[in-house]
Amino acid sequence: MPKLFLSIQSSKLSTPNSQPTVDWFLQQTINGLGLGAIYALIALGYTMVYGVLRFINFAHSDVLMLGAFTGFYIAPRIEQIFGHQSVLGMIMVFILAAVVCACLGMLIERLAYRPLRNRPKLTVLITAIGVSLLIEFTAQHEKVFGAAPQPFPSLLKEHSIHLGNVVISSNDVLMVGVTVFLLAGMWWIVQRTRIGTAMRAVSHNQQAALLMGVPVNLIISFTFGLGSALAAVAGLLYAIKAPGIEPLMGVQPGLRAFVAAVLGGIGNLPGAVLGGVLLGLLETFAGGIPGLSNYRDAIAFGILILILLVKPAGLLGRAIVEKV
Amino acid sequence: MAFSGAKRWLLLGIALAILVSYFTPQFNRYYLGVAIDVGIAIILATSLNLINGHTGQFSLGHAGFMAVGGYFSAWISLQVAGSVPAIWYFPMALTAGGLLAAGVGLLVGVPSLRLRGDYLAIVTLGFGEIIRVVAQNTDAIGAASGLKGIPKHTTLGWTFGFAAITIYAITALVNSTYGRGFIAVHDDEIAAESNGVDTTRTKVTAFVTGAFFAGIAGGLYAHHKQFLSPTGFDWLKSIDIVVMVILGGMGRTAGVIAAAILLTLMPEFLRDFSDYRMILYALLIILLMLLRPAGLFAFNIKRRKHS
Repeated sequence: MPKLFLSIQSSKLSTPNSQPTVDWFLQQTINGLGLGAIYALIALGYTMVYGVLRFINFAHSDVLMLGAFTGFYIAPRIEQIFGHQSVLGMIMVFILAAVVCACLGMLIERLAYRPLRNRPKLTVLITAIGVSLLIEFTAQHEKVFGAAPQPFPSLLKEHSIHLGNVVISSNDVLMVGVTVFLLAGMWWIVQRTRIGTAMRAVSHNQQAALLMGVPVNLIISFTFGLGSALAAVAGLLYAIKAPGIEPLMGVQPGLRAFVAAVLGGIGNLPGAVLGGVLLGLLETFAGGIPGLSNYRDAIAFGILILILLVKPAGLLGRAIVEKV
Repeated sequence: MAFSGAKRWLLLGIALAILVSYFTPQFNRYYLGVAIDVGIAIILATSLNLINGHTGQFSLGHAGFMAVGGYFSAWISLQVAGSVPAIWYFPMALTAGGLLAAGVGLLVGVPSLRLRGDYLAIVTLGFGEIIRVVAQNTDAIGAASGLKGIPKHTTLGWTFGFAAITIYAITALVNSTYGRGFIAVHDDEIAAESNGVDTTRTKVTAFVTGAFFAGIAGGLYAHHKQFLSPTGFDWLKSIDIVVMVILGGMGRTAGVIAAAILLTLMPEFLRDFSDYRMILYALLIILLMLLRPAGLFAFNIKRRKHS
C-alpha cells in the first residue's frame, strides 16, 4: 500500500517533529487512550442504565453537557476559595458537578421514566429522545446557556512531558488517571457493596429482586445517579480537552460512547470500558490518516456494524437464547 | 364497479392531486410549500410505518434512505435538465432515486435484520450516519456545502399523487396474503417462523419497500427545496419520522398519516413562539408518550370490565 504510506508521511501536522513510524504510533495511542477513557466513562452510564431498565437513555449525553456547564459556572467561585488552578479546587469542581448531575439524573428518571416503567420499551425510548431534545433546546435558548460555544476555564495548568519524540499532555494523564480511579470505584461498588449486589440482582431479574425485598425503585434511582455522576466527570474531562463548550457538545461523544457500549455488549460493565477504549483508539488512528479523517464518524459505526454482524451480542456480551 | 375499495381511493387521490395541481398557481406560495412538506412527510411516515409499525422492526435510519433517493434523483435532474421536458424525466429521476434507495436498503437490510430491538436500532442509525458522512465527502454531489440549483419540479400534484400511490401500495401489500407475514413477524417472530414464514425475507422485503418510498420522498424533497445539505439528513430527521409513526400509533395507517400532517404543521403554528417552539416540540413528545403511549389517535373501544 504505497499510497497509504505516502499519506502517513505527509501527515506531519499531527506529529510535530516526526519520524512517522513508531513515534507516530505511540503518539496516536496516547491521544487515543485519553479519548477512549472519556468514552469509557460515558459508556458505563449507558450500560448500567441498560442493565437495570433495558432501555437506552438518550438523555445521558445531555447530562454530560450539563456536567460541563455546571463546572463552567462553579469553577470561578471555587477558584476564589481554593486559589487559581489548585488540585484541591479541581477535585471540588469534579465532585460538585458529579453531585449536581447525579441529582439531575435521578430527577429525570423520577419524572420521565418511572411513570413508563411497565410500558413497551419503544415508548420509553421515544420519551428518552424527547427528554434529550428538551434539555438540548432549553440549553440552547439564549436565556439559559445560549447556542454559542464558550471557552472552558482551565482547571489545572497543562504540562507536556516529552519522551523522545512523543509528547504526553498532563491532560491525557489526568483523563486516564481519573478514569482508572473511577472504574476501580465502580467495580468496588458493584461487586463489593450491598447496594451493588442489589443492582446486580435488579439487573438479573427485576421481579425476583422485588420479591426478595430489594427496593427496586431506590436501586434504579441510585443507578441513574451513579451513571449521571460518571457522565458529569466525563463531561468535565471532555470540556478540558475541547476548545469550547456548547449545548450540543454531548451529542457526538454520547453517540460514540453509545456505540462503545453496544460494541462491548450492552449491559456489560467491562465491555463498556473495552468498547470505549477501542473506539477512542480507532478514532484517533483514523483521524491521524489524512483522507480517512473525514470519515471518522462513519468508521466508528462501520466497525460497530462489522462486530455486531460477527458477534451480535457485542464483544463481551452473552447471546441470550430466546425461549418460547 | 371494476375496482375494489382501496383502488377507488387510489384513483380518487390521484385525480384530486391532478385537479388541485391545475389550480396551484392561485395558491399562496407559503401555504403551497407547507402543503408539499406535508405530502412528503406522509410518504416518509407511511413507508416507515411498514418497517416499524407493521413489521415491528425498529429502524432509526430512514433519513439515510431519503438522502440516497434525494441526492441521486437531484443528480440525474442536474445531468439531463434542459435537454428533456421535465414531465418525462422527473418521474424517471424520482423512480431511479427510489430504486437506488431500495438497493441500499437491501444492502443494509440483509446483514442487519438478523439483529433485534435496540441492536437493530443502533445499526440502522449507524447506516444512516454512514450515508450522511459519505454524502458529506463526495464532491460529485456538492460534499459538505450541499447540492445547489436543483430544478424545482415538485408540485402539489406530484407530491400527493405519489403519497396516494405510497399509501395504496403499502396498504395493499400489508393486506395481501404475502403481507400477513409482516404482521406475523411483528406479533411473534418465533411463532411466525415455525408456521413457515420466511422471517428474514419478510423483514428485508419490508425494509426494501420502505426504503424505496423514502427514496421517492427524498427526490420530491430535493426538487421542492432545490437545495440538499448532508446535515439535513442526520439522525434527528430520522427521529422526526419515527415520532410521527409512534404518535400515529404503530401500524395504524390513518393515524400515522394524521400524525405526519399534525407534526409538519405544528412548527408552522408555533412560528410566533419561534424561541420556544423546539422546546415545546420536545415537551409535546414527552407528554404524549406519558399520556397517550399507544398513539394520539388510538381510542380504547373495549368496554370496561365490570367487576
